[in-house]
Amino acid sequence: MDRRTFLKGTGATAIGAGMLPFLKVLPASAATSGVVVVAISQTINSLDIHRKGTNRPSYQIAVNCYDRLVSFGTKTMPDGSLSYDYSVIEPDLAESWEATDKSITFKIRDNAVFSDGSPVTAADVKWSLDRAVSLGGFPAVQMKAGSLEKPEQFVAVDDKTFRIDLIRKSKLTIPDLAVPVPMIINSKVAMANATADDPWATDYLHRNTAGSGAYTIARWDPGQQIVYQQNEKWTSGPLPGVKRVVVREVPSQATSRALVERGDVQIAFGIPDKDAQELAAKGDVTVVGTPIENCIYCVGLNLNFDPFMDKKVRQAVAHAIPYEEIFKAAAFGQGVPMWGGGSAKPADVSWPQPFPYSTDIDKAKDLMAESAFKGGFKTEISINLSLASWMEPTALLIQESLAKIGIETTVDKIPGANWRTAALVEKRLPLHLENFGGWLNYPDYYFFWAYIKGHLFNSSNYDNPEVAKLVNETLHMQTDDPDYAPKVKRLIEIAFDDVPRIPLWQPNLNSAMAKNLEGYEYWFHRQLDATKFSVS
Amino acid sequence: MKSWARLRMVLGRVGQALPALFGVIVVTFILTRALPGDPAVYFAGPAADEASIQQIREALGLDRPLYEQFVYYLGDLASGNLGVSISTGQPVLEELARRLPASLELTLGALLLSLAIAIPMGVLAATNPGRPIDHICRVIATAGVSLPTFFTGIALVFVFYYLLGWSPAPIGRLDFAYLSPPPITGFYTIDALLDGDPETAMAAAGQLLLPMITLALFTLAPIARMTRGAMLQALGSDFIRTAKAAGLSQRVILIRYAFRNAMLPVITTLGMVFSFTLGANVLVEKVFAWPGIGSFAVDALVVSDYAAVQGFVLTMAMLFVLLNLLIDIAYTLIDPRIEANG
Repeated sequence: MDRRTFLKGTGATAIGAGMLPFLKVLPASAATSGVVVVAISQTINSLDIHRKGTNRPSYQIAVNCYDRLVSFGTKTMPDGSLSYDYSVIEPDLAESWEATDKSITFKIRDNAVFSDGSPVTAADVKWSLDRAVSLGGFPAVQMKAGSLEKPEQFVAVDDKTFRIDLIRKSKLTIPDLAVPVPMIINSKVAMANATADDPWATDYLHRNTAGSGAYTIARWDPGQQIVYQQNEKWTSGPLPGVKRVVVREVPSQATSRALVERGDVQIAFGIPDKDAQELAAKGDVTVVGTPIENCIYCVGLNLNFDPFMDKKVRQAVAHAIPYEEIFKAAAFGQGVPMWGGGSAKPADVSWPQPFPYSTDIDKAKDLMAESAFKGGFKTEISINLSLASWMEPTALLIQESLAKIGIETTVDKIPGANWRTAALVEKRLPLHLENFGGWLNYPDYYFFWAYIKGHLFNSSNYDNPEVAKLVNETLHMQTDDPDYAPKVKRLIEIAFDDVPRIPLWQPNLNSAMAKNLEGYEYWFHRQLDATKFSVS
Repeated sequence: MKSWARLRMVLGRVGQALPALFGVIVVTFILTRALPGDPAVYFAGPAADEASIQQIREALGLDRPLYEQFVYYLGDLASGNLGVSISTGQPVLEELARRLPASLELTLGALLLSLAIAIPMGVLAATNPGRPIDHICRVIATAGVSLPTFFTGIALVFVFYYLLGWSPAPIGRLDFAYLSPPPITGFYTIDALLDGDPETAMAAAGQLLLPMITLALFTLAPIARMTRGAMLQALGSDFIRTAKAAGLSQRVILIRYAFRNAMLPVITTLGMVFSFTLGANVLVEKVFAWPGIGSFAVDALVVSDYAAVQGFVLTMAMLFVLLNLLIDIAYTLIDPRIEANG
């Protein structure tokens, strides 16, 4: 007996009492083919994105069970798949907003209700944003990126009017309200479950959701599955086409792949490049690979080490890297090449864009000969063992190629738990691989994190006063400001020429899904968005 | 008197185990903290700044001196609190209570299956040394132990699920359409039967089958080899020759005299295989999405999740103590000589 006949059969036949609560709801939904099963490879460790220690896969709860004041639009990609659109900000719980130099005032939609039926008020919004900036950790850092730093900035004017007082006018403020972190929580429910020791109800919201989003949590079996149940009171969009979404944790990628090929799960979310390539070639399931915005896999050259202080050496390395081979061996051709750009001056502000380097060993040798390190040198190339699937083949190919221009390298493998300290905090790795991607999709935001001295993702210790000045000027500037494009182009031009980071490719987020499943959408947060799912 | 002596032996054993357990507590506490990597940094997320890392460090109590942390830890342990696992977000005790039965169900099932095959196989091989049946047993045992479990697991999934479609989806303890039975023993198959729900019991058994076979193939070898060796030794002993000379039937000699004596080393091996398998079936758990204790521990170790690692090691230590006790008791049942020295 397969599951589908079983599901349908349970509607008519009496079954064990122990199973009833869960299956009672299923027959009706199964009739409209309302269940989608998703396999993810990691574990969900909390229902609360604000909690300390909440891991990335858990961010999907914030996406599927909560709304925000505003949201990003949706666009169709060249391959027909859906992607969020960072250039369009749409109303979510706020129906309109008005921005001045000093503040932004939001009008909350009249019909907006939480899943328990109570209306969404400005007090809920204030409580939720206060919580996001007060609990510390990652949420506070993310809020800060949008110049949202302290509770005093958030004002509930009346029941349906909410105001944010600005520390500075920044183009990042509104987009930062559309990321998962500033989700709107039902403060009445939360406060009823808060205690003196735990005023923000972190214990309660860790295990329960209290949102207005498209789904509620029907069941959470930690380490095994999350079951989303459609929230029929959802007002921020058309109801999802499915009643239930079951997210199962399947750690083995081989098992995930077998499950989606056999049709027992409808989506294998976040599959390896190799499986994406093979499944796409087979054609039994739809494979969607979306280039991850504002993310580049690159080679970092640490300027704290003598040879890499020399620009000629950096350029020589950039010309010695076997891009094509790496792209085939490490990415299985999935992603967007970031080499072979036409001109040393960027034509536009698109980011990431290919750098003007391609594999040319002769040119690399010439550049080495012009540098102070004619005789070559020895160094280490460091990789993160947690990301060995792409870093290891990449490092080996680079090692082989660098030997040709006199740079002898050994591969240094660093355990995942130590990587951040070594690469990002102490910044002590001479030659290393790096994978930073920014949530907010602006070139200046990328440069802010990766090209300014002392900033976390500048693992190269790159320091250039002009870059610092340009980033400082453009970070909060509106993109339609006439100064914006020239300044960003200059930034990119400097990155081209100085190459403290040598881009390899822009990686893909790959998922394989059943052909009759619709509504899969790519998001910058790289987690499952089930709000538009339907099964045809 | 016999039962009194046995009770004294049990109590004595438990008493002996206490210092060992305390040692385990101290060693795991120190070892987890000696691991490279800083959990506060890891859990603050890649974009966190120094301030938010410090907040997490304080929330985890990692800013306090080591001895103070240890005293807190002992206090918590005394009140039965194993702390909260930061990687799974659940109290460690809850995690272990949920995952240990999953692992035990799998491991015990696999061992029973393994015993049912390995013991007759070993006996057959021992009674026919050098004959084809002996060679076949050797080949099976060697193949079983030399194929890595993740390979056997993936191969079984490929054939019986992917190609033939005989096996249910390898998606954990139960397909998503079923609700887990009310917990009594924690073993889904048994709980479902106790609940009078054969449908769920069958589904749980179906999920169990492939991972069980995978593990059984792996544990087959040591048990079969040990049975064969012990049987050969027993069959070559003086008392068997005497029994033969006395004209006892082949069956009586084999089962009552030789087999009973051969069981002692087999049980010792079994204890070792069991405890080894329980912790080491991580790869099988991963392939079959089995929410067991092994993958929990390994995932916790990778991210320096102190509470989880400590809880796991402590549980395993207690299991070992219990297991050794059971084996000792089993000895007294099998070997009449031990009883006297109780």
